[in-house]
Amino acid sequence: MAELSPADRHKSHDLGLHAEQLSGRTQQVFFSPEEGDNYTYPEGFDVDFTKKAEIDAAEMDGPQVNLRIRELMGEGYGHIVVKNPLAKHSLGVGILNRLKLDFEGSLGYFGCGLIDGPNVHIQGRVGWSCAENMMAGVVVIEKNAGSTFGAALRGGDLVCKGDVGSRTGIDMKGGTIIVGGRAGAFTGFMMQRGRIVILGDAGINLGDSLYDGTIFVGGTIASLGVDAVPGEITDVEAGWLEKKLATYGLKAPRGVENLTKIVAGKQLWNYDNLEPSEKKIAL
Amino acid sequence: MCGIAGLIHRGSSGDIGAEMTTMLQALKHRGPDSTGFAIYGLPAGSDHVMRFKVAEQEDLASGFEIHGQIRERKAEVESRIRSMDVEIVGEEEATQYAFRYRLRFPADDDGGQARIKRFADYIEDVEGAEILSLGRALELIKDLGDAGVVSTQYGLAGFQGTHAIGHTRMATESDVDIRSAHPYWAYPFNDISVVHNGQLTNYWKFRRALEHRGHRFMSNCDSELIAVYLADRIERGDVLQDAMERSVSELDGVFTYLVATADSLGMAKDTMAAKPMVLYEAEDFVGLASEEVAIRGVMPDEIDTWDPYEGEVKVWQN
Repeated sequence: MAELSPADRHKSHDLGLHAEQLSGRTQQVFFSPEEGDNYTYPEGFDVDFTKKAEIDAAEMDGPQVNLRIRELMGEGYGHIVVKNPLAKHSLGVGILNRLKLDFEGSLGYFGCGLIDGPNVHIQGRVGWSCAENMMAGVVVIEKNAGSTFGAALRGGDLVCKGDVGSRTGIDMKGGTIIVGGRAGAFTGFMMQRGRIVILGDAGINLGDSLYDGTIFVGGTIASLGVDAVPGEITDVEAGWLEKKLATYGLKAPRGVENLTKIVAGKQLWNYDNLEPSEKKIAL
Repeated sequence: MCGIAGLIHRGSSGDIGAEMTTMLQALKHRGPDSTGFAIYGLPAGSDHVMRFKVAEQEDLASGFEIHGQIRERKAEVESRIRSMDVEIVGEEEATQYAFRYRLRFPADDDGGQARIKRFADYIEDVEGAEILSLGRALELIKDLGDAGVVSTQYGLAGFQGTHAIGHTRMATESDVDIRSAHPYWAYPFNDISVVHNGQLTNYWKFRRALEHRGHRFMSNCDSELIAVYLADRIERGDVLQDAMERSVSELDGVFTYLVATADSLGMAKDTMAAKPMVLYEAEDFVGLASEEVAIRGVMPDEIDTWDPYEGEVKVWQN
């Protein structure tokens, strides 16, 4: 990744973007949407966003739909519309390419998992584990989402305009999750990096065993998990929140300055291999 | 893993046999070992419907003698039914070992729980006999195989009714047999059945307590405990919603379960929301399933669905 200037480093730190300042083997930022070179996956497709194709998934199973998406990208299509997804599982997974992908309906489990780069819009709902392990790109869901939404997310923006289930952002390692409505129990469980923004209420044990990262909540919090503590929103964060929410047509009900910020109390063991001094103290 | 599903037509009825078959077939990948249906038909007067079996499917492979034993057991069941002044007014052979009887209790018999319990205990005292369900609306069908196989075997297509629950089982903690398959009838209570996805971790604690209170268990499956637990709470005077809310706080583990009575369908989810459930709720129809793909089988148009939250209990009336 590009070296940050001291000023940018400071700004980044205020945003809680610790990952961007770290250079250890496990903390590298592998991808940035600003860096065109990062799209050069082996056998990547050179797609044209003005070329549009449709897939009717009504009579197809998940692997058939995914293979058809891949075939269309190979033919240069940069905009693919999937009709009648009918909540089938594992649709839109493993796409390591720039692509505009629209689902006209709902997805089942594991939709859009393991993706790096596409811009996905889902008109319906998604089941468990949507966008698990997403590296980069954008996934926007118009309705609700099931549990483990954005599990182990590493980068990109994952947006659900409705409610999400329990364990949202579990084991999250980067990127941003935005929830327009309510989030279930154990949201942010063992979160390690990144940001979760919940505009509605949060369920019990929010941020339980949080290593790092930041959670913002617009509504009530049923209870905080172990080692999750309130923090103060900085001006930089407020600006970032305002801009990020506006990008997706969302707004904090009582203004971003009134969101509740939750961070790690760091009383638990923190697996940050780039903070050896803290480890030594602990040992 | 297991898959569960439920549906209720509110204020009307439908082809619930075909609908539940479609939903459960969509969940086949969650549990291929056995499939079960608890379907609630349109009550036909004061008669009771009893579904029972006198052997397991696997018993048929044990030798030629089993066929004679089945005949003897069935004859003994019929003898005991008549000895209790109950008339058999209809008889269907669903399989070689499972039967559907329509029973008429004496006119002066109120069919109360104590009477039903005595009746059921006497019938189940016959070797190999197990009453799968007994009630005015409930019919409980379960067997090895996927939903399509079981539905065809028992002729469920075209079964008209108001609501149903069902289960596709991946056996983890008990055998692959009919006895361990879901749903479970909440013996000895008319028309109450349960399906469950999850694991209870304080199973033995509650089983011992319930056995001391006189309840019987036919399997070692933790799901049966929920049915018996709810039956016990209802016996003590709880309404269904209260019994279910109590279960969420008293039963440990990770679980989502569905319960049905003669006119209601309910769902409960543990306090960690660790097991899946997707809900579609409209004025005239409610559908629930472990995965939305099952609901889509009967509601192919675009609909709004969501996951119930941790500790949530909901009950719908027909």
